[in-house]
Amino acid sequence: MIKSKTAVSAKKRRGSLSKKGQKILMGVLTVFAAAAALIFLLPTILTMANSFMSASEINANYGAIFAKTEEGGKTFISEKINLKFIPDMVSFSQYYTVLFKSPDYLFKFWNSVILVVPIVIFQLAVASLAAYAFARLKGRLKEIIFFVYVVVMLMPYQVTLVPNYLVSDWLGILNTRWAIILPGIFTPFAVFLLSKIMRRIPFSLIEAAKLDGAGELQIFIHICMPLCKSALFSVAILVFIDYWNMVEQPLILLSDTSLYPLSVFLSQINTGEIGLAFAVATIYMIPTLLMFLYGEDYLVEGIAYSGGIKG
Amino acid sequence: MKLKNKQPVKADTKVRRTEKIKEKGRKGSFGRTLKSDGAFPYLCLLPSLIGVLIFFIIPFCVIIYYSMVDNPINKEFVFLQNYINIIKNTAFRRAALNTLTFSLSSVPLAVVLSLLLAMLLDCKIPFVSQFRTSFLCPMMVPVASVVLIWQVIFHYNGVLNDFLANFGVDKIDWLKSTKGQVVIVVLFLWKNLGYNMILFLSALNNIPKDTIEVATLEGAGAFYKFFRIKLRYLSPTILFVTVLSLINSFKVFREVYLLTGDYPYDSLYMLQHFMNNTFRNIDYQKLSSAAILMAIVMVAIIGALFIAENKFGEDVEG
Repeated sequence: MIKSKTAVSAKKRRGSLSKKGQKILMGVLTVFAAAAALIFLLPTILTMANSFMSASEINANYGAIFAKTEEGGKTFISEKINLKFIPDMVSFSQYYTVLFKSPDYLFKFWNSVILVVPIVIFQLAVASLAAYAFARLKGRLKEIIFFVYVVVMLMPYQVTLVPNYLVSDWLGILNTRWAIILPGIFTPFAVFLLSKIMRRIPFSLIEAAKLDGAGELQIFIHICMPLCKSALFSVAILVFIDYWNMVEQPLILLSDTSLYPLSVFLSQINTGEIGLAFAVATIYMIPTLLMFLYGEDYLVEGIAYSGGIKG
Repeated sequence: MKLKNKQPVKADTKVRRTEKIKEKGRKGSFGRTLKSDGAFPYLCLLPSLIGVLIFFIIPFCVIIYYSMVDNPINKEFVFLQNYINIIKNTAFRRAALNTLTFSLSSVPLAVVLSLLLAMLLDCKIPFVSQFRTSFLCPMMVPVASVVLIWQVIFHYNGVLNDFLANFGVDKIDWLKSTKGQVVIVVLFLWKNLGYNMILFLSALNNIPKDTIEVATLEGAGAFYKFFRIKLRYLSPTILFVTVLSLINSFKVFREVYLLTGDYPYDSLYMLQHFMNNTFRNIDYQKLSSAAILMAIVMVAIIGALFIAENKFGEDVEG
């Protein structure tokens, strides 16, 4: 009796939000989401749009920000700042200058590549092996080691950079690229994520492969790796973006600024050749945005898997 | 509708049960499986383990030692003296306080706002995948690239002040005043909400549908359903997002450094600035005691979060 009553009242309540009301609610929510989406996208779009301005246009629009207060500058810089969505005249002159006339930026871009790519490749290689071990092994020792990995993973750079600096000093690789690459390779982040995914591989599959006479190495290469393909891809994207963004490590581990990656160097051109800054910024975005474009679904899947530390 | 839902759930539990049995069987015959597994899994672990030991664990132990001696040459044991010095250091205090204020304001906001975004995308509005893409996009844009636009917006003569002037608000020097913290909270949220949202979206998808449906039939309102049911299932994810945001909140140094350089306004002087400046004159005692102090605080906070989550989500897990 009572149950049926509550059911009816529930129905009534649902009924009170009529189809019309629901439609209006959906409309409001959609508009809200669209506004939020615009805020999220705008800075990126603006950077790209501004990269197609000529140097003089950028100077006129943003000169006040980047110009240092030098007396007797040649160009007139207006106090006002005009944020523009569409350049007055689309010009590729900035890109032309960056690519063909000032090799400095390309060198720094290359510095970024040469630091990040080895880290991504070798971190994945080391981590997929370790993750496989964590997925297969049992027992107290394995749990303790895994716990240590998680603790290391949770530490911010402010903590881990001190040990890294110390080791680099011992090994004599301070102020070389190795000081960044080697600790990067052994960072446990990828191990953690991949082992969570590998643990989902059904044990029966491995058992069956064994019955068919497959060795451990074969199981790893022919069963485990193919099953983790999308996970590997998403971990690669996550590691790449993190190191593509690096600021802390080069500042501390490299004293030779010619080795700096573009992520640090970009802030130093702001004051000088501001016309070029937007073009360089856009070029620097291209690799990560391309990855995002092609790998968004993998990325989302990988992020979703990473949920839950306890796993 | 309900019936349709139930069947796959049943099948699922069956699979899980058989898996559990297998797991048990495996545990029972531990020695044998270990033998047939051979040394291969151990070999797999070796490269990573050696690397982690060399680059993180061993130097960390050495740093603990360094933090307790007076200097690297004399090596006289002073126990906690370095820690007392570092706590008394005004620069360290300022940096720690700024970082703490930032984390305390940005982490809760990041958790709540990303949960709201996830719920927004969960209510079957159109263009969900496009919205998801645009919320996730900032994560993939390098900080260095987008910093230019932030400068244009938050500069004293910038776009934001221009806009606010329309409402009669006085000009604020966003990056060179106490308002600096507000700016970096905004930048932090802009970058990190998307990632957190994805975590919440997948957690929302994993809440068993029939529990919610039963609650609806029993006449539970939307608020009851959210606070009493959904939130409990979400609690492990809330923990994870909190920890993740906490870790990421330490990375806001990137934005601050690229916007304001080595010596920012007082309210933006973060722990990483302190570390950078200490690295410049390589004071191992200062560095190591600061690093270990931070490590202890991190472990304490995360441990406390784990305990809190365990209490809150007890009855829904497993």
